[in-house]
Amino acid sequence: MTQTHHLALHDVSIALDGALLVALDARIGPGEVLTVMGPSGSGKSTLLAYLAGFLDEAFAASGQVILDGVAIQGLPAERRGIGLLFQDPLLFPHLSVADNLRFGLPRHRRDKRARVEAALAHLGLADFGDRDPATLSGGQKARVALMRLLLSEPRAVLLDEPFSKLDTQLRQEMRDWVFEHLREAGLPSLLVTHDHQDAEAAGGRLIELSV
Amino acid sequence: MFRSPLLLALGLVGLTSAQAAPDPHDWEAVLDEARGQQVFWYAWAGEERINDYIQWTADRVAERYDITLTHVKLGDTAEAVSRVLAERQAGNDERGNVDLIWINGENFATMKANDLLFGPWSEQLPHYPLTDPENSPAVRYDWTIPVDGLEAPWSSSQVVFYYDTALVDDHPRSMPELLDWARANPGDFTYARVPNFLGNAFITQAMLELAEETAPFYAPVEESDFDALTAPLWEFLDALHPHLWRGGRAFPANSAELRRLMGDGEIAIGLSFSTTEASGAIANFELPETVRTYVHDGGMIGNLSFLAIPYNAQHKAGAMVVADFLLSPEAQARKQDPVIWGSGTVLAMERLEEDERARFAQIDLGIATLPPEALGELLGQPHPSWVDALEAAWQRRYVGQ
Amino acid sequence: MILRLVPPLIVLLLAGPILAGLLMALLPAFGYLPALGGDSLSLAPWRQLFDQPGIWRSMAVSFASGLATTAVSLAIVLLFLAAASGSRLDRWIRRLVSPLLSLPHAAAAFGLAFLIAPSGLLLRLVSPGLTGWERPPDLLIVQDPWGLSLMAGLILKEVPFLLLMSLAALPQLDPQRRLAMARSLGYRPTLAWFKVVAPALYPLIRLPVYAVIAYASSVVDVALILGPTLPPVLSVSILQWFNDPDLDRRFLASAGAILQLGLTASALLTWWGLERLGAWLMRGWIARGGRRRGEVPLRLAGRGLILLTTLTAFVGLASLALNSVAAFWRFPEAWPQGLTLQHWLRVLPQLADPLASTALIALGATLLALVLVLAALENEQRIGHRPSRALWLLYLPLIVPQIAFLFGLVVVMEYLGTRPHHGLVIFGHLLFVLPYVYLSLAEAYRRLDPRWSQLARTLGASPGSLFWRVRLPLLLAPILTASAVGLAVSIGQYLPTQLLGAGRITTVTTEAVALAAGGNRRIIGVWALVQASLPLVGFTLAVGLPRLLWSHRRGMRDTL
Repeated sequence: MTQTHHLALHDVSIALDGALLVALDARIGPGEVLTVMGPSGSGKSTLLAYLAGFLDEAFAASGQVILDGVAIQGLPAERRGIGLLFQDPLLFPHLSVADNLRFGLPRHRRDKRARVEAALAHLGLADFGDRDPATLSGGQKARVALMRLLLSEPRAVLLDEPFSKLDTQLRQEMRDWVFEHLREAGLPSLLVTHDHQDAEAAGGRLIELSV
Repeated sequence: MFRSPLLLALGLVGLTSAQAAPDPHDWEAVLDEARGQQVFWYAWAGEERINDYIQWTADRVAERYDITLTHVKLGDTAEAVSRVLAERQAGNDERGNVDLIWINGENFATMKANDLLFGPWSEQLPHYPLTDPENSPAVRYDWTIPVDGLEAPWSSSQVVFYYDTALVDDHPRSMPELLDWARANPGDFTYARVPNFLGNAFITQAMLELAEETAPFYAPVEESDFDALTAPLWEFLDALHPHLWRGGRAFPANSAELRRLMGDGEIAIGLSFSTTEASGAIANFELPETVRTYVHDGGMIGNLSFLAIPYNAQHKAGAMVVADFLLSPEAQARKQDPVIWGSGTVLAMERLEEDERARFAQIDLGIATLPPEALGELLGQPHPSWVDALEAAWQRRYVGQ
Repeated sequence: MILRLVPPLIVLLLAGPILAGLLMALLPAFGYLPALGGDSLSLAPWRQLFDQPGIWRSMAVSFASGLATTAVSLAIVLLFLAAASGSRLDRWIRRLVSPLLSLPHAAAAFGLAFLIAPSGLLLRLVSPGLTGWERPPDLLIVQDPWGLSLMAGLILKEVPFLLLMSLAALPQLDPQRRLAMARSLGYRPTLAWFKVVAPALYPLIRLPVYAVIAYASSVVDVALILGPTLPPVLSVSILQWFNDPDLDRRFLASAGAILQLGLTASALLTWWGLERLGAWLMRGWIARGGRRRGEVPLRLAGRGLILLTTLTAFVGLASLALNSVAAFWRFPEAWPQGLTLQHWLRVLPQLADPLASTALIALGATLLALVLVLAALENEQRIGHRPSRALWLLYLPLIVPQIAFLFGLVVVMEYLGTRPHHGLVIFGHLLFVLPYVYLSLAEAYRRLDPRWSQLARTLGASPGSLFWRVRLPLLLAPILTASAVGLAVSIGQYLPTQLLGAGRITTVTTEAVALAAGGNRRIIGVWALVQASLPLVGFTLAVGLPRLLWSHRRGMRDTL
């Protein structure tokens, strides 16, 4: 997890029916967090969908997304190497906690069981592997979700208001925890939020979008 | 035209799979060939007891002759005739679906006239002599049409009326008396809807009873003045219908529904094509124990039904073996038992061995069955062409009114 | 990619046989069928058709049945939805109605016949006490010439269908918010529902409504049991002509099939006209702004009518059950003289074959349909939009009367020399199973939170792995429900089994309907009960299996 990754957005612009929604040009270095803020309707989620590879055909996008020197904007989502953290932890309800983590592991990894166990131990959830994810607390779920993302070995991470649904105390705790892990992993990250405290905690550059 | 290449292909298939039809004179060879065959028997299935009897037959022929007998249940025998006709039209002359049909009258006439039947074969069946064809010519004619060995006799039936003695004191003895009774007891009598065979039988019975002279009915209808000869019938029916069950605006579909109406007490007099039906139905909880059977003084219409094999049947040998088994004293006696089915035998008692006769003598005909001597004169079925004409005229007169 | 071929394959599978069948009905209808000696076009079949005694009456009853059944069923459903306030009674009614969806039409018809016949259970209960009748009254109730009992029997089944279709569509409309808004303006709840929810709901259930019209105007099995007889409805007449030994009647039957198509089309067209009229009247009613008048009677009718139809269906079933174990049972006794297992014992040995056939055909058709539907829906997810234009073809088998194209299809099969076998019947059932499986699964499939698949893909899951490891398990419950619907649809099919199986392939449904003519209530009771209970097995599994599998997954139970 000590490789260094670079994410660059070269003159990215997204339009719908000829009307420009978002235009962005930015470079994000390893362990850096770029925060994008803006009111609803400013195209934040459109930007995330574009970067992750889920943009609806109705939108017209131009520009280039370069990840570690490779243009990825034409690749399908699962081959981009971009991880996504949602508002909700979204642990698969049909899988156990351990299987949720295992889902993140790339197929070619051999020592899956050991990695999952190590991840659980790191989270302080060593005995929780067989548990139903629905029985975890909100904070535990959020941690498992990030750990699952890290296990999938992304080269960049998108965060979609990941703390907005947590209560105030937990929010502060999770911010620190998440950003620390992302920095440690050396991942370039893009955070979308409308909460200034998020931006401060992220500690990186801030771009404000307007409607 | 566009299907000729297809037909050609089918024909080729037919040629390669063609085999000589089994020869009924060599019965051993027929038995050999029949072994392992699956015989599709197309038989009317509106009565559970008939289906049970056919199932029993299937079990027996499986045991004894290694034949798998499948009952293809029909609501109307015409469906089988129509299938064979359709197969011929489609060029399927070798691998027909229908192996055996329970048939008589109009359907037999249609199939015979269109050369749709295999045969002659029936007179070579080992059990055929037991019907005593020399002394009982009935087995050689089906509704005046010569059988010519194209179908094996199976069942004899005679129309009888049944009535509930709890509701009817003195039953009618003729059609005019029936009309008087119906006037006095509106809604208490009905007959099966034409063209159901029981409905046809009732109007035929009325036609025969009410006509001055019955000879013309035994020749094709084209040779007579239909309107003049049937005028008394329509006059009778016009008078009768308003007093029938549901005012003659609806009729039961068949004998089973008629029986249910009787069992539910909706009607007090009904009719049947089986002299033992009432007894059997009492035993099966379908009719009250107060039901009895009667016949009209002038005699009642009756007929035989037969088993025929289509010309293109795929399993003719198996079908013949089944037909012969059905003609055996064992199968015939079981069929006559009113609790099992109660359909009359076609065998002549005097041709049977002592123990075989005993099988028939042992049958408890039941409390509601008339003894043979009380059944009166048997009136023959008119020429099949009359049925068509009667059906059509009845429908024109009473449908959609 | 193979998936891309699935939508066109489905269209071909559904539309191909229907169009071929219609063509092979159209040609003979105008006298052209060389195999039967019809070499030139003529109008003779049509002249013969309109010469049939009672043909106009047949048509009138079929037409009226299509419209009246639909109007009454729809009214009952809308009234209930309007009056329902989420009370315990309402929830109880809903729960009572849903199993009726799986009840085969024929079984419901038998139940009703046993109930309302002059010698039926209802009159037995009040006789002779209230009526003084010692013998059944001579009333033409079942199989009445105007088809009223036929319509009543259809309504019993169409109410659950339309209700469940509406309940599936309602969440899209957010009815709670609409109602709250209207009530804050002073509208009483039931009136508010009619004024602000019903107009938005109707377009969403329009196609199911059209399917009901088509079905009710052309049904065969229910009409054989409850329909008029002198003459029967058009569809039953067609069946009789087709089965006539006189093959020339095939021309007549074909003309009848085309007439049926036209009749159903004109019933649909009439309904469409009534829709316009209704919408216009409705606008006026809404604009007048009445807020209170009629609230109470509407609410009473809403609960009362649906309770009436639902209880009728259930009491009918109970009466089937009672008949199946009854010894002699004469009018006016309300309880048989004795109970006996004789009828069951008699039927039991004959059950094996039809049961096996029913199961084989239903499982085969449902499995095929499920694979095709899942492939089509998955394809839709992967290409990212709905193939909306071809979608209406899915409804084709539900809108085109079965009897209009199945005969043509049989003629095609006869041409091809295809012998009746299970595969053919499975294929025939697929025509009707597939649309229903699609209809019951599509919404759930599309409504699955897209974030699950986005998440899985950003975690590196390939589309295939996403389908097998995420979508399939998450959608297990709706998939099983859709399968149960498919099984129920297949089990209830009469005409396709009868025609494509050439009578050789018997299912519990063909057996039960064949016995209908026999009128032996005891035996019919046994068969109808067997027929009614089979789909229940499917639904029980569909409800029970996920509960069992996800017993340690609380998050999955919320989706059940």
